[in-house]
Amino acid sequence: MSLLAVENVSKAFGGVLAIEGVSFDIEPGAVHSIIGPNGAGKTTLLNMLTGIYVPDAGSIRLDGRELRGEPTHRFAAAGIGRTFQNLQVFFNMSALQNVMTGRHLRERCSLFAAMLRTPALTRAEASCLEVARGLLRRVGLAEYEHAASDAMPYGALKRLEIARALAAEPQVLLLDEPAAGLNQTEAREINVLIKSLAAEGTTVILVEHNMKLVMDVSDHVLVLDHGRKLAEGTPAAIASNPLVIEAYLGVDDDPKTPAASPPEGISALLGRPGEGGAWHA
Amino acid sequence: MSESPLTGTRRWAASPRGGGLLALAAVIALLPLVLGNNYFYEIAILVALNAIVCVGLNLLIGYAGQISLGHAGFFALGGYGSAILSGSYGWPSWLSMPASCAAVGVLAFVVGRPTLRLKGHYLAMATLGLGVIVSIVLSTEDRITGGPDGMSVPPLALFGWALHGEHTWYWIAGAALLLAVWLALNLIESPVGRALRALHGSEIAAETVGIASARYKLKVFVISAVFAAVAGAMTAHYAGFITPVKASFMHSVELVIMVVFGGMASVFGAVVGAAVLTTLPQLLTVLKDYEMMVFGAVLIATMVFFPQGIVPTMARWLARARR
Repeated sequence: MSLLAVENVSKAFGGVLAIEGVSFDIEPGAVHSIIGPNGAGKTTLLNMLTGIYVPDAGSIRLDGRELRGEPTHRFAAAGIGRTFQNLQVFFNMSALQNVMTGRHLRERCSLFAAMLRTPALTRAEASCLEVARGLLRRVGLAEYEHAASDAMPYGALKRLEIARALAAEPQVLLLDEPAAGLNQTEAREINVLIKSLAAEGTTVILVEHNMKLVMDVSDHVLVLDHGRKLAEGTPAAIASNPLVIEAYLGVDDDPKTPAASPPEGISALLGRPGEGGAWHA
Repeated sequence: MSESPLTGTRRWAASPRGGGLLALAAVIALLPLVLGNNYFYEIAILVALNAIVCVGLNLLIGYAGQISLGHAGFFALGGYGSAILSGSYGWPSWLSMPASCAAVGVLAFVVGRPTLRLKGHYLAMATLGLGVIVSIVLSTEDRITGGPDGMSVPPLALFGWALHGEHTWYWIAGAALLLAVWLALNLIESPVGRALRALHGSEIAAETVGIASARYKLKVFVISAVFAAVAGAMTAHYAGFITPVKASFMHSVELVIMVVFGGMASVFGAVVGAAVLTTLPQLLTVLKDYEMMVFGAVLIATMVFFPQGIVPTMARWLARARR
């Protein structure tokens, strides 16, 4: 049985259909990528998967439980964590406090226990601190432990968001363009991190424009175009899918170079597993 | 894990939380040495009681990022509630005070529940409205409240002892302020406090880590209202008199100014803000007609030179100097 079942969801903003009748299933413990040209509706879809937008129609089920229409914090409580394309770091806190805040769902703390600082709370805080430290090390940010988050470089903040999302121990982790704006070395580190998360059993949904990263880490790729599902399958199948190539490059009117021809140049552009040729939108 | 209690205590005293608390306790303990007469004591007591309101209000404004323009209403209701229960109904004051403050907490819950779900400035609007309503009710229900002239309040009595006099009240207010600061500092350094700061940092991100934003806003709103009510009830019993002016819009604005002046998201900032802005008008009375002008100039200058409020800006200077 699939972990996350998305059925026929649609979302319109005014007269614009951002997502139109998209369905897919997410299997546990794998890396699923959602790709598509700019404006295809990828972020809209992620926002629906976290309750930030409510779909106009359709259903979103996690472990068989309907989540559509629930507030965002219930999606989180159900086990969906995420990062943001445009950073949403708590800039009024240190790096460590950001991650500790991510533990929110794993802590029970009444208002009175908080104000009186009960011994039980002191112990819980000590263990929360340890977990947060471990997560910062995990994403390679040990040196930033006491840094104010507004003084950290962009690449580190991207990873801080991942650590914060991991702190809640989510069943499904949504990464919205984790490699955007990163240099090659940093992107490679993200690549390694995603693979190790999947190896540990976290289900990852990745939205990303860096095709090299997508093709390398994904078990399964879903292609969106103009709010509709265009194709899905293994990275290799997607890279050679004529519909996908057409969506990315447009139809060629010149009959001498048919669009559906064996896509040597194309797959280099989209990137084959383990090969060069990163493609940025 | 096995750490001796002494090193634990030392570490606590060296932390900003413990150290600040000790410094505040030292100031409260030593201040009587320089307080010449009852007039100075009276100002010190007012500072402490205002500071309690500001510490609570700062949790709401500075940490959770929500504005209230009606906290004078909660302050006055705390005072009037205890005054009416003890004065008109003969309740002992040790019972009327907590009862009145609990009632204010319930009122804040009922008012906050629908309004805190809204986004933007609706909370400021709603609390402004609440403050105005409270002020009108207190002025017009003269059979219960004594109307615009106010009403007298019996002194605070504990086990048959009536607590009188500036010296006694100084220690009561000082202890209450220490307790309020301790509670607020604990709250901020707890998961609840992190949730509140997260709301201020990014509400959307807070929700995605599972923080129920509406519920946390409501919690901190109720806490800050109860802090105001406690200070209001103590002020009423100390002064022996209360008027609807305590609920006025201007008083609400004064409280917000104290928080912003001292420094948002700083518990000690709230204390400093209350101390400076309670004392300053007293010092400026020598200027007579120019009092309000100079007061305004001081406020403007502070916001220009201490843009984050006095305590956070000075803390930043100190950190820079150390580097």
